[in-house]
Amino acid sequence: MQAEAQIKCRNLWKVFGANPKQFLKKHHGNPSAEALNEEGYIGAVQDVSFDVNQGEILIIMGLSGSGKSTLIRCITRLNDPTAGEMEYEGRDLLKLSDRELIDIRRHKMGMVFQNFGLLPHRDVLENVAFPLEVQGVPKADRVERAKQMIELVGLGGRESYFPRELSGGQQQRVGIARSLAVEPDIWFLDEPFSALDPLIRAEMQDEFIRLQTMLKKTIVFITHDFEEATKLADRIGIMKDGRMVQMDTPEQIVLNPADDYVAEFAKNAPHERIVSVRAIMGPVAADAVGSVESTAKIGSCAEQVLTGEHPVAVVDPATHEVVGSIDRHRIATSIFGRRAA
Amino acid sequence: MTEVMAHRPSEGLSLARLPGWVHFALIMVAGVLLSLVWEGATRWPEAWVIPAEPWLTGYIEWLKNDATIFGVEFKEITRGIGAALKAPVKWAEYLLYRGFKGIGLGPLPWVAVAAGVIIFAHWVGDWKLVALCVFSMIYLAVFNVWKDSMKTMTIVIVAVPMAALLGVVLGIWVTRSRIAERIFTPMFDLMQAIPHMAYLAPVAALFAFGPVTALIATVIFAMPPMARCTILGLQTVSSDVLEAGQMSGCTKRQALWKVALPSSKRTLMLGLNQVVMQTLAMVVIASIAGATGLGHKLLYSLQQLRLGVAIEQGIAITLIAIVLDRLTQAYAYKETDHFAAEKSWVQRHKHMLTFLVILVVSYIAAEFYRWVNIPPSKFTYMVDGEKVTLFDAKQLARTIDAALREFNTWAYPYINPIRDWTTINVLIPTRDFFLWLPWPVFVGVIALAALRLGGLGVMLLCIALAMSFIVTGFWEQAMKTTYVVLIAATISVLIGVPLGVLAANPVLLMPPILMLIGIIEIYQIVAWLLVPLTVPDIVIFSTTIDIAVFATIAVLAVLFLALSPRLREVIFIVFAIKQIVDVIFWILSLLITLISSIGGGDVSGFSAALMSGLPSAAWIVTALLLLRGVGDGLFQGSPLVNLAQFFQSVTRVILSTCDTLQTFPSFIYLIPAIMLFKIGDFANIFAIIPYAMVPAIRYTYLGLKRIPPVTVEAAIANGTTPMQRLWKVELPVALPEIMLGLNQTILFALAMTAITALIGSTDLGQEVVRSISTQNFGRGILAGLFIAALGIIADRLIGSWAAERKRQLGVA
Repeated sequence: MQAEAQIKCRNLWKVFGANPKQFLKKHHGNPSAEALNEEGYIGAVQDVSFDVNQGEILIIMGLSGSGKSTLIRCITRLNDPTAGEMEYEGRDLLKLSDRELIDIRRHKMGMVFQNFGLLPHRDVLENVAFPLEVQGVPKADRVERAKQMIELVGLGGRESYFPRELSGGQQQRVGIARSLAVEPDIWFLDEPFSALDPLIRAEMQDEFIRLQTMLKKTIVFITHDFEEATKLADRIGIMKDGRMVQMDTPEQIVLNPADDYVAEFAKNAPHERIVSVRAIMGPVAADAVGSVESTAKIGSCAEQVLTGEHPVAVVDPATHEVVGSIDRHRIATSIFGRRAA
Repeated sequence: MTEVMAHRPSEGLSLARLPGWVHFALIMVAGVLLSLVWEGATRWPEAWVIPAEPWLTGYIEWLKNDATIFGVEFKEITRGIGAALKAPVKWAEYLLYRGFKGIGLGPLPWVAVAAGVIIFAHWVGDWKLVALCVFSMIYLAVFNVWKDSMKTMTIVIVAVPMAALLGVVLGIWVTRSRIAERIFTPMFDLMQAIPHMAYLAPVAALFAFGPVTALIATVIFAMPPMARCTILGLQTVSSDVLEAGQMSGCTKRQALWKVALPSSKRTLMLGLNQVVMQTLAMVVIASIAGATGLGHKLLYSLQQLRLGVAIEQGIAITLIAIVLDRLTQAYAYKETDHFAAEKSWVQRHKHMLTFLVILVVSYIAAEFYRWVNIPPSKFTYMVDGEKVTLFDAKQLARTIDAALREFNTWAYPYINPIRDWTTINVLIPTRDFFLWLPWPVFVGVIALAALRLGGLGVMLLCIALAMSFIVTGFWEQAMKTTYVVLIAATISVLIGVPLGVLAANPVLLMPPILMLIGIIEIYQIVAWLLVPLTVPDIVIFSTTIDIAVFATIAVLAVLFLALSPRLREVIFIVFAIKQIVDVIFWILSLLITLISSIGGGDVSGFSAALMSGLPSAAWIVTALLLLRGVGDGLFQGSPLVNLAQFFQSVTRVILSTCDTLQTFPSFIYLIPAIMLFKIGDFANIFAIIPYAMVPAIRYTYLGLKRIPPVTVEAAIANGTTPMQRLWKVELPVALPEIMLGLNQTILFALAMTAITALIGSTDLGQEVVRSISTQNFGRGILAGLFIAALGIIADRLIGSWAAERKRQLGVA
């Protein structure tokens, strides 16, 4: 994906403590874990650099306390980073005036929260219309727009319900509708499905995929659930103790984990849904029967390959050239092999 | 007070550092020895007294007469404020009881006001609330207190919006600004410790007597709860909601007005409710600084010992308080109507429209019928051309007076000996002890306790506070306050804590109830046998039944603990039915005597009837609860009483009684005290107890309820009996919370001493009250501050202990 970067983050630090700026200065902007510990500071985000590309779903993954929520709050400037640089479409996010920041939030950014963050005193319609209301959009327009959004997330008919009268899944649909009401360019989701039951969570993930195929937003998505990350992500960034350990496509993370920590996550990941044929194919085979596209996930062609006697040719979907072959052995090793290990 | 503070708290804490008592003993001995060789230790030497009082009085005089701020004379400023505040008060007066003379429009007809209240009740609440309002409005109308109620409400309706607004603004400011937080948080704490009455002195000093003074004092007094609730509300909005607001692109102002404040609506409404209740309590008391209305009339009636009228007025105040409390609470919890948009405009505004129609109609009707405008003072009808009085509040008051006089004469031999014995053998010796106490002992014990419990800072604060009234020559009054508060708080805790335990743990109720039944029954029979009364036949009949039932119950009560649950239930049923029959008979006999005496007849049977049933009356509540239990038992297919239901009802009744007691303006508690015991410290303590008892009950209940369930479950799993669980697990864990209840009890009792001063005392409270009539404001302000000082000493000592103990228990 060669899209240009919509958000650039360079050497971001967020340190909590008595006087974090001075502390960072004292350690020349790069304190060690020992220094943090000794002086009673918490390095929630430590020296993190990455880009968010136009139109991609970037998932930040990590266990609780790994700094992922703080990171997203730095980018949205709900918490100001202690040090580092951030750009949004070429503009320095940290140098924005209050007015400009409010403007960006009103028109460019949308955010969904783990515990929904719905306003308890407003009904569904008023909640969804809220971001438009604070911008000063005329009532008729914002009601119409809000109704479209409510329809979009499948809550039509519940406009006059209050948050407390909705289930968790429905509340989060309201949160999603609200964050989309202003047609943001970039969409932040902070563990949007973590507070939901597993069944509802799967349903909401599908809903999310459905929305994204329609909307094609740039998305920064936070989760602690690796499976959720692999299901939804174009790229995954894995955080540990405030540092970004690895940022790559799900396939690369599964196949080439940067360290043991990442490998531990990757171990139980469903390879058949993550790894593509291209990654495990062998050389072009003369006795190949049939063909699969090189970008297909191995799960999608496993039946075809495993049930056939002969290897299957792998074809590049762009050039229609045969670039390799895949046989039963490779598929079986890829899906089951690592479990034996 | 020293004992409560120093010893009680340290019991749990200081076992590890045992020789603590030695320190206390040393201080006491040293202090006493010092007083033997130096008279100044008993009485602060006259020559050393800091003349704070004349200074303060002089300062106020200077402020009033000569001070200027930026070239503007201070008295001009106060006059300006006074004039500015007079306008809204005037308008409220026109509206409620004076009428708009200029345009020839009368005040709101009472029919319209009553209808307005009832319609509002219907809008926000259920039929129970409506019934309460209907009853209260009729009461206010027929008992001849309408106009005075409206006078009281004048200040309430002006003060509530002002106090609420001021509270919200200050609350917002405190959450916004570090400096405001530093200034106002301790100020709100201090303001809570100062008794109502003390607010009147400084305000009365700067503004002339009258409604404006009452208004200002009321607003200042009623504002802190609103500010506290605003702060609490804003601080507890969930961060997700705030961030969602920010990400929606709210400006700071939008984030406050559209997100944070509306999200904390419930807490804010709670604050409003408190503002309303505090306002009413203050307005009633402000009568001594020139506010007219019910409080004024009640104070007057009490001082004239016209108890019949006082009771009528007291009930009126109480009803207003309950109505205001329930209405604001119902409004706070009112659900928003989702389907409002689907209804027509008329449907959505039907309450408002109904009210407007009634308003217009009643204004027109008031032109023709006087009773629409002002409620009639008595109700008469004509029989054969002769006027017959159906109901007359004044007549009834006189009848009640006569009945009470008769009752007092009758009860004199029973009540007075108790009062006198207690006064002579308990109250006076305690008072004399505190007056004898050399001040170094008092200060030393407090200082040592403070040092051990809270450290050096607390110690210095407590010493400073204790010395403040010693060096200014208020020692004697302060000790009198201390002794009254100590005794009242002790009794309040002795009653309140067991009640709280019962509310939290009603199962424990069974054995004591049975015991009490036995005692009551014995009392009734003994009374019947030994005191030859001229009782109506119906009472004799009920007492005869008593004997039969008692025989059964007495036998069963002895066996009670050994009985099967089924049999226990049978006993409860027998008791329930008996109690219900008893109460019915009692009410009947009271009614018969009262009704027969209303036409001016004699009331001689009244007190006998009253007394014979009084023990049963005390158990009206029990009877009703049991009835409910039996009823539920029947409905659920079990023929027997449903004990679980019964116990739940006990909890509810205790707690809702607490709530109701707290809504009464503290003034009300004077009525029964004066009725039974005339004046004196005994009556004062009697008036303080029901008011100060409430926090003891509440905190005990909450403390026990907040124990983590797993702790209790573990105790059950270890095989404890309910009693063992209470003594060995629940009470120790809940003790810090209970001690905080004691703390509140002391603060409540202190506040109440300023109220009991109205019926006579010689303590700090009296100084506050007297300063207002004698215009010696410096003295009043100081006395008020010293009451607060005593409160803060208690608060810091107990608070430090509880905080430390909670930390040790890991429940902080």
